Amino acid sequence: MSADGDTGGRAGPLELLRRVGAAILSFLEATGKLTVFAMTGISHCVRPPIYFRLIGQQMIDIGYYSLPVVGLTTLFAGMVLALQSYTGFARFSAEGAIPNVVVLSMTRELGPVLAGLMIAGRIGAAMAAELGTMRVTEQIDALETLSTNPFKYLVAPRLIAGVTMMPLLVLVGDIIGVFGGYIVSIYKLGFNASAYLQNTWEFLQVQDVTSGLVKAAVFGFLVALMGCYHGYNSRGGAQGVGAATTNSVVSASILILVFNYIITELFFAQ
Amino acid sequence: MTETVTPKIKMTGVRKAFGQKVVLDSFDLEVLPRESVVIIGGSGSGKSVSLKCVLGLLQPDEGVIEIDGVDVGKLSHSDREEVNSRIGMLFQNAALFDSLPVWENVAFGLIQGKQMARNTAKDIAIDKLAQVGLGADVAVLSPAELSGGMRKRVGLARAIAGDPDIIFFDEPTTGLDPIMGHMIDNLIVECVRNVGATALTITHDMPSARRISDRMAMLYKGKNIWQGPTANIDNSGNDYVDQFITGSAEGPITMEVFRP
Repeated sequence: MSADGDTGGRAGPLELLRRVGAAILSFLEATGKLTVFAMTGISHCVRPPIYFRLIGQQMIDIGYYSLPVVGLTTLFAGMVLALQSYTGFARFSAEGAIPNVVVLSMTRELGPVLAGLMIAGRIGAAMAAELGTMRVTEQIDALETLSTNPFKYLVAPRLIAGVTMMPLLVLVGDIIGVFGGYIVSIYKLGFNASAYLQNTWEFLQVQDVTSGLVKAAVFGFLVALMGCYHGYNSRGGAQGVGAATTNSVVSASILILVFNYIITELFFAQ
Repeated sequence: MTETVTPKIKMTGVRKAFGQKVVLDSFDLEVLPRESVVIIGGSGSGKSVSLKCVLGLLQPDEGVIEIDGVDVGKLSHSDREEVNSRIGMLFQNAALFDSLPVWENVAFGLIQGKQMARNTAKDIAIDKLAQVGLGADVAVLSPAELSGGMRKRVGLARAIAGDPDIIFFDEPTTGLDPIMGHMIDNLIVECVRNVGATALTITHDMPSARRISDRMAMLYKGKNIWQGPTANIDNSGNDYVDQFITGSAEGPITMEVFRP
């Protein structure tokens, strides 16, 4: 008699229900752990001692060393945006809207989202790998035995640097992205330079930029949080560190897209 | 009337399980001030877990752990940090911070834990490195540039940097050749004596355990099955201890080895 065959038909719906329930419980448990981790990290950002030296190091890592990646990404995004907009708008003789489309898309959406995704790949992965390696080689345990709180020493500087540097990166990325659209529009599509810049400037509103910068700060927090969370909780040697790195990039990328929608709703929903 | 000495470390009825697997089961141990005690036991017998419970890196499920007569399980996080500031630890693989040069690794507890000025802490670090036989030229190197023996010695220098009351050693000779292992043992004995500290070591390296201990305890299946002076280890009258110290495959200790 096959036990599987015997119970398969009757236990099927119950087994499915059990699996769904287990998945929901597992999701809630992970959400709870992440929330506690985030709150602990935030609380250590505002309680002394504050490690300014480490915050400075992280700021340089996240801000300065990410400039080339973010700059190149937004430059080509702005260029291709102008090109694609032209091919579409030319059918309706609406080429004049290209400066507006480029500047709005860059400041509201593409700048923060592309920079966020790039930083998730570059910085989030590095944070997860570094903290994960520290965990499996007992360096985090060593911190505790040396009377140093790992949250204060490792997590808080990364959260602070993520939140403060991302808006600056996005601001630079916005400018480079608009410049990319300008180059294509002027040198390939034959736009008048001063008219293009005037259109860009007149159409842009403060809220367009601030919404992008708010998104950037939130994305910076999410990237740092996911990198720290997965790295800090990694287990099982090299494989565990690899999994932590992958999970940090994937989860940060998904959260960036989810929070991008939520913040857009908050700022622009009618 | 005899005077009662408060143990430096006292573990009473400590139990720790991970899921269904019970690692420590009513584990008892006392370490007196300035005593060097070694816990011996096979791989997976719970030696590291016992050490991590004393350090506060793991919370026991049951039992009491006292340091200087204070139940450390009831301390707040800041009080626990204060207790840890009197403890030094040499990790199995040294656990040096890759991102810092050697001298900053040694001085880490002084700079971060005791808020000492960096220059003063660096001088102390170089002095401690000299105590473990490493020159000032090593101080500026990165941990990645060190050999296994040098890493252990730097780890030892870090453990004694704050002149701790208690020093823990987690498998101090693992991964070292016999000569380097012997050197590390001598350094441990010398450093513990110089600092005047109490030492608790876990190892399964018997020659090393004999060299560095005043007393030994054997951990088997989560329990302290024997303890006594190191001089008595060869006449323990305990079959488990006899099998362990001779390394015999025959005896009451059975390894879980799959045989097809």
